[in-house]
Amino acid sequence: MSNRSFALLRPAPSVLPGWGFTMGLTLTWLSLIILIPLAGVFVRSAGLGWDAFWTLAADPRTIAALKLSFGTALIAAGVNVVFGFLAAWVLVRYDFPGKRLFDAAIDLPFALPTAVAGLAFTALYAPNGWIGSLLVPLGIKVAYTPLGIVVALIFIGLPFVVRSVQPVLADFDKELEEASATLGASRLQTVARVILPTLLPSLLTGFALAFARGVGEYGSIIFIAGNIPYVSEIAPLLIVIRLEEFNYAGATAIAAIMLVISFALLLLINLLQAWNHRRTGIQA
Amino acid sequence: MSSDPLALDTSRIPSRPSPEPRPFFRTPVSETPLVKAALIATGLAFIVLMIFLPLAAVFFEAFRRGVEPFFASLVEPDALSAVRLTLLVAAISVPANLVFGLVASWAIAKFEFKGKSFLVTLIDLPFSVSPVIAGLVYILLFGSYGFVGPWLIANGYQIVFAVPGIVLATIFVTFPFVARQLIPLMEQQGKGDEEAALSLGASGLQTFFRVTLPNIKWALLYGVLLCNARAMGEFGAVSVVSGHIRGKTNTMPLHVEILYNEYNFVAAFAVASLLAFLALVTLVLKSVLEWRYGGELAASGRH
Repeated sequence: MSNRSFALLRPAPSVLPGWGFTMGLTLTWLSLIILIPLAGVFVRSAGLGWDAFWTLAADPRTIAALKLSFGTALIAAGVNVVFGFLAAWVLVRYDFPGKRLFDAAIDLPFALPTAVAGLAFTALYAPNGWIGSLLVPLGIKVAYTPLGIVVALIFIGLPFVVRSVQPVLADFDKELEEASATLGASRLQTVARVILPTLLPSLLTGFALAFARGVGEYGSIIFIAGNIPYVSEIAPLLIVIRLEEFNYAGATAIAAIMLVISFALLLLINLLQAWNHRRTGIQA
Repeated sequence: MSSDPLALDTSRIPSRPSPEPRPFFRTPVSETPLVKAALIATGLAFIVLMIFLPLAAVFFEAFRRGVEPFFASLVEPDALSAVRLTLLVAAISVPANLVFGLVASWAIAKFEFKGKSFLVTLIDLPFSVSPVIAGLVYILLFGSYGFVGPWLIANGYQIVFAVPGIVLATIFVTFPFVARQLIPLMEQQGKGDEEAALSLGASGLQTFFRVTLPNIKWALLYGVLLCNARAMGEFGAVSVVSGHIRGKTNTMPLHVEILYNEYNFVAAFAVASLLAFLALVTLVLKSVLEWRYGGELAASGRH
């Protein structure tokens, strides 16, 4: 396979050496580690036959888990668009003490192992936790409910939105705002009609990245979710449960559905980033 | 933003006061002080709530019963073996991705060919695959019901539920880190330097080690740093292929889960705090790299 693509990928003439070696190694390594193993999921699913696959996919517990994973990821990404935009705005536009600390802290979800994040949020939002104990009198339960999943996913997705928006906002031409103000727009109108449209592609990119990450997230969720079937059991956990039951067909079917949707999201993200690049010249 | 080369060492210079002359005056392109204060307060409150509070909770829970139980849970044999395995896995998977990242970014950034952006997308693929699926694919390949698993196991090679499977799953999830850091930077730098070196008689390898590598060293370090943090902290993918054999195939994040499920909270949070400390060190090094060498990191590749 790599030999054929190799012929397709003939480079423009160049004096630099190493094309054959580096491209050959890249394609081989990529195929061995990523592409062939991923293809295994689809080969397995195809081996089940359409009817068997459909029976597995339409299993009510599977559907409930997929709905939960996509629903909570969607809500969390939505929250992150609002607060991520706000955080990016504050970090780019204003000066205040500790700004660098706050800016650096945004990347914590990238660096902190997901299991640690899961433990931390469970400790905070459990009924006897720092925040959980404040919410119990209000009748709000976060830990061991779908709401807990949303909270964990907000943490996981936050840096995607902030880091997508930040460079575009920092690069934004102030003269456009001045022009808008001279033409009689209020500050709110300027933000809504001049700044936000420019930021839209980067906001959507951040949203899609946070959403894609949230759908597949596992480590930070399983501690806080309570993992009750049909209620707070996410799709990746159901894959693990099926594997532990040696129900490989069941696990593979869920994985195939998730992969197809992930690939569609990846395509969407690429289109959004190209749009952002065309509009602002910034490579997200 | 942090890519500004002039930002070098501003930490030692007191920051300039913002150009607002009078307290209640606002230019047409800024907010009133009240709105501004409210926005800052809300934004920072959100960051404190979502980032700082969880971090504080980890360390608080770890030291809840004092210092002694904390250290006791770090030096017991199972914890030590988890630390050793985590270090071993990172020591194999990070260099593997480092070499791949260098090779792939040379091919992609220094040559023009059709299908380049498609290839970059394929390299980024692991970012949009659930970690659990990253583990599952190796079970389907190497498990006892897998495609090549039965043959390998019959010949005495155990891949999944053993260290090789953990390493493979870790390489899978950290696959794009180094490459995606280097590709935009090397594309931006072009190939003029390399062409000059070659025309002056340097060999290909000399060109790479004396010209290309010094140009990308900080970005490379940056990518390795992020790759290492993920490799040591990966949970989902490793959990699926590990088999959870205490003292044998347990990495630190898996050890945390086992302790937590045994209601041994102090020990769970003690090991978790060690991982959190690692994350903090990563963040500090990453920030230092961004502040000092922002211009050499390529503003685009931040992830």
